[in-house]
Amino acid sequence: MYNFNYQKASSVADATGKVAAADDGTFLAGGQTLLPTIKQRLANPSDVVDLAGIGELVGIADDGNTVTIGAMTTHAAVAGSDVVKSKIPALAALADGIGDPQVRNRGTIGGSVANNDPAADYPAACLGLGATIVTDKREIAADDFFTGMFETALAEGELITAVKFPVPQKAAYQKFPNPASRYAIVGVFVAQTGGGPRVAVTGAGQDGVFRQADMEQALGNGWNADAVGGVSVSQSGLNEDIHAGADYRAHLIGVMAKRAVAAT
Amino acid sequence: MPTVSMTVNGKAVSADVEPRTLLVQYLRENLRLTGTHVGCDTSQCGACVVHVNGKSVKSCTVLAVQTEGADVTTIEGLATNSELHPMQEAFRENHGLQCGFCTPGMVMSAIDLVQNNTNPSEQDIREWLEGNICRCTGYHNIVKSIEAGAKAMQG
Repeated sequence: MYNFNYQKASSVADATGKVAAADDGTFLAGGQTLLPTIKQRLANPSDVVDLAGIGELVGIADDGNTVTIGAMTTHAAVAGSDVVKSKIPALAALADGIGDPQVRNRGTIGGSVANNDPAADYPAACLGLGATIVTDKREIAADDFFTGMFETALAEGELITAVKFPVPQKAAYQKFPNPASRYAIVGVFVAQTGGGPRVAVTGAGQDGVFRQADMEQALGNGWNADAVGGVSVSQSGLNEDIHAGADYRAHLIGVMAKRAVAAT
Repeated sequence: MPTVSMTVNGKAVSADVEPRTLLVQYLRENLRLTGTHVGCDTSQCGACVVHVNGKSVKSCTVLAVQTEGADVTTIEGLATNSELHPMQEAFRENHGLQCGFCTPGMVMSAIDLVQNNTNPSEQDIREWLEGNICRCTGYHNIVKSIEAGAKAMQG
């Protein structure tokens, strides 16, 4: 592990200021991805700015039709939240299935969303629920946020402060985890929202999380598992790796979507 | 080098550390608390699990400087005088270990489970052990140990 300067931020403005002033600064949220990445020497930041002391980034607010989750809220806190469990139980269940208990005690929603790992769970919830990503500068719709594998619409030095989830009529998430890493080989988040049905797929796409338009259309004609199970899923643009071929992933998208709809 | 101060097993400790020092390195190399193990070093195996402010974490994936001011408990902090913690005793009684390498992490993880769920089912225990890998036992006696330890912890 290369060395770096460690700085603790006291506020959002302090954090963005410290990263901007550094040669190659990075934000440290829960560290469950960043620290392994630095250990493997895949990242070599000059400065690591710890967000853990910023109280305003932690917490879950219930605004009636929206649940707002602070960026530094851990997966365990989301999974155990009475607000999330009653308003968007699918989101609480998704958080409860990330990694393992120790990772959930440290890992945060802001860190996960900013990283946009192509097999992460939270991007599927953000896209599937039509969430809004709030940063220190602006609000970004999930539809515009996830721009590719490990790529987002975040500008250099821009910090996620919260994620706003509109409360759906119903929603569910199903994933087929890799038996060793437990990352999603395929995960599908389905939701009946004010703007119609949404289906978001993680783990499968070469460009990361994406919406499955044919399934959304099928669910618009009637919310039932057989409708999505009958949709033919193209292999084009799907991942092909040692864990699963594109054909298998295409098949799993159908199976996971069907299970998710059946679970609502 | 930054100075980091924390409480480890009830004792206030302080040291100058490089920012890149992992919590597990600090515990093992500075404090010589070698009961916390490094297995995979990639936050998969759970041999390094300790409690930070009462919650189980993988100390190979936490910087020592991140635990400034925190209350840290390692496997060495569980026994009182010469009496094992009920979870440690349950592992001994139920043959919950063979080589013992994963055991400190298993015990620390198990205690966090029981703090969250006083009466875990076998299924709860198996799911909770997602992040703790044992290459000897096949987990069966670990699960039995944790069932017994959970009961014993209720006194």
